[in-house]
Amino acid sequence: MYLSTVFLPFFGFLAATGLGRYIGGRGAASVTTLLLGIAFVQSVCILYEVGFSQCMCSLQAASWFSSELFQAYWGFLFDPLTAVMLCVVTSVSLMVHIYSQSYMGEDPHLPRFMGYLSFFTFCMLMLVTSDNFVQMFLGWEGVGVASYLLINFWYTRLQANKSAIKAMLMNRVGDVGFALGIFGVFSLFQTVDLATVFATAGHLYGTSFLFFGTECDALSVLCILLFIGAVGKSAQLGLHTWLPDAMEGPTPVSALIHAATMVTAGVFLVARCSPIFEYAPEALAVVACCGGMTAFFAATTGLFQNDMKRVIAYSTCSQLGYMIFACGLSAYSVGVFHLANHAFFKALLFLSAGSVIHALSDEQDMRKMGGLAQALPWTYTMMVLGSLALVGFPFLTGFYSKDVILEVAAAQYTICGRFTHILGSLCVFFTSYYSFRLLFVTFLGPVGGEKPVYKTLHEAPFLMAFPLAFLCIGSIFVGYVGKDAFIGPGSSFWGQALFVLPDHSRLLEAEYIETSTKLLPLGLTFAGAFTAYSLTLGAPFASYARSFHPLLRPIIEFFSYRWMFDGVFNAIGRQSLAFGYHVSFKTFDKGVFELFGPFGLVSLLSSQLNLVRGIHSGFVYHAAFCIVIGLVGMTALALSFSLDGFAEGMWANPGNLRFALVLWTSLLFLPFFG
Amino acid sequence: MISYIFLSFLLFLLGILGIFLNRKNLLLMLMSIELLLLAINLNFLFFSLWIDDLMGHIFTLFVLTVAAAESAIGLALLVVYYRVRGNISIEYMNLLRG
Repeated sequence: MYLSTVFLPFFGFLAATGLGRYIGGRGAASVTTLLLGIAFVQSVCILYEVGFSQCMCSLQAASWFSSELFQAYWGFLFDPLTAVMLCVVTSVSLMVHIYSQSYMGEDPHLPRFMGYLSFFTFCMLMLVTSDNFVQMFLGWEGVGVASYLLINFWYTRLQANKSAIKAMLMNRVGDVGFALGIFGVFSLFQTVDLATVFATAGHLYGTSFLFFGTECDALSVLCILLFIGAVGKSAQLGLHTWLPDAMEGPTPVSALIHAATMVTAGVFLVARCSPIFEYAPEALAVVACCGGMTAFFAATTGLFQNDMKRVIAYSTCSQLGYMIFACGLSAYSVGVFHLANHAFFKALLFLSAGSVIHALSDEQDMRKMGGLAQALPWTYTMMVLGSLALVGFPFLTGFYSKDVILEVAAAQYTICGRFTHILGSLCVFFTSYYSFRLLFVTFLGPVGGEKPVYKTLHEAPFLMAFPLAFLCIGSIFVGYVGKDAFIGPGSSFWGQALFVLPDHSRLLEAEYIETSTKLLPLGLTFAGAFTAYSLTLGAPFASYARSFHPLLRPIIEFFSYRWMFDGVFNAIGRQSLAFGYHVSFKTFDKGVFELFGPFGLVSLLSSQLNLVRGIHSGFVYHAAFCIVIGLVGMTALALSFSLDGFAEGMWANPGNLRFALVLWTSLLFLPFFG
Repeated sequence: MISYIFLSFLLFLLGILGIFLNRKNLLLMLMSIELLLLAINLNFLFFSLWIDDLMGHIFTLFVLTVAAAESAIGLALLVVYYRVRGNISIEYMNLLRG
């Protein structure tokens, strides 16, 4: 059961892409969905067995490659962390599969699409179940490839191509860090096996090794390198620009890879490597600060976006920041809990957005929507529930994880803790603002679209509505149901999967912080909702909102242009491309190397040949002249070699003789080469 | 003594110059070659007397024979060449272009 859970999506991929032309779009969709459904049921069983019954399972399937000390196995490790990820990935993926049957039903390439979805799921499962870093890297890269293929699914669209390349390249930057981290792990631990690494990490606390010629704390360097991988995959500040652009893919793709699974791989990595991170406090500080800044950045950017999917994408980015900084504050269980909860409500939001976009004939601009609450009551309900879960409305899923993250940050009496708590609290306000703004503008505000579009409005068909319902139930209940097991004080659910040093644990402390601090996020949520209401629907400020104050305009432009990150990256990219063209290409490849290589040699030869050709006129008397000149020249040369003369036996010296003979004969034959 | 060597050397040089400077006539070139061989023969004879050795005379006889044969063949080639080209001017004798 354990192995088949991982490989069923792979069989689905093979069936859909290999047999797609025989079984057709419907057939491929049914096969992949059925296989994934089985995988989902199995992963729920795994969650029960591994998580709640505390029966760890570890499988070593086969040897992959072995070279002296380096041994890589196909090994699968099922611990509570893996089980939770399995459930998250398979459930969201199953819902997306069902949803896509209807959403992508008209697409001629449906088998390919379903195959890619299954392939993506398979890679994600490989990533979460592997018991060593190398196999994890396989899944890690496979997810990247699958995301490229999925974002670029409509490969005739230029924007999709560019976004896919951007996603791929941004991820590659992170992957370099991850690969370096794996190299470092091997050089430090002499193994890539997770169990060995985690068991010995504590013993190597404080060791240092040479990194780029400087003596560094080994574990910190390793953790930061691994975290760079997470930065790339989880769209943290610096390598985040691919996430919003990847919205060019179909909406189910966004829901699958940018809300629930792929971007959570980075958080999973940090949580998985918690035994190493715990012994690298500097790395934890970096993780926490980076997460906090990402949350803040993405939340502020999301405020002024007008593209519906883009708002949700930035919200994802912001929530990932929450998860990462929770991990950075050693509250891995809370981070993973938020990951699981977030998967449900973000997938719900994305799929609801897809439903709206579908209903409006592929219109994504929120300014051309409005008044959809009456026309699409089901989608509206789903969207409201998803948004409420996202903003952390009490007793919905988000409330149980998001507020705990903030409480943990508040209970951490360090600079990092303060920093992230302040940023996180501000983000609550921003999150609430853009979530409610999206709701108000899209569903309640004045109609902004054109009449023909609104005439064809239709509610989602059953295959699209069912996943929404499922995810909605998840968004309402998962937090409450999972709370005690995942983050309950003294819960033994995680077993050895997540390791926290007793010094670092603040979960109990967080229970007993002041009530005002605990109430703060709720107040900020209401403040954000009220601000959104007054700036979109409310009469007194509405006119003010439409014509922003000239003093505010630069600030708003700064935020809506995504903090100018893309501009800066493009400037850097253009510089490096120019360098690549002018220096690498023109100076070296087409310049120096060709000058000393084929082209220079040929031109030198031909120019010299012209000179030589001038000598060889073909006249008999010229040839005779050459002969005599050669004779005289040779004699003079031979004489000049040893001015001491014949007495020392110049001709007896075989070197001189040979040299003279060679020159002489070559000169003799020169006329024939003309 | 020197004057004998000088004479033969001068003749040799003249022959070489005749080969170089002559642009018009293939016959003149053949004659120059004969002159070269003559100079060499003179040299051989002189040194044969000078060092009192008969080999020089023998060589001279061989060279004479070879020179006669050579000029016979050369003239034959010249005739054949004339038959083909209609002239024996050297300056039109370049089929090879560098």
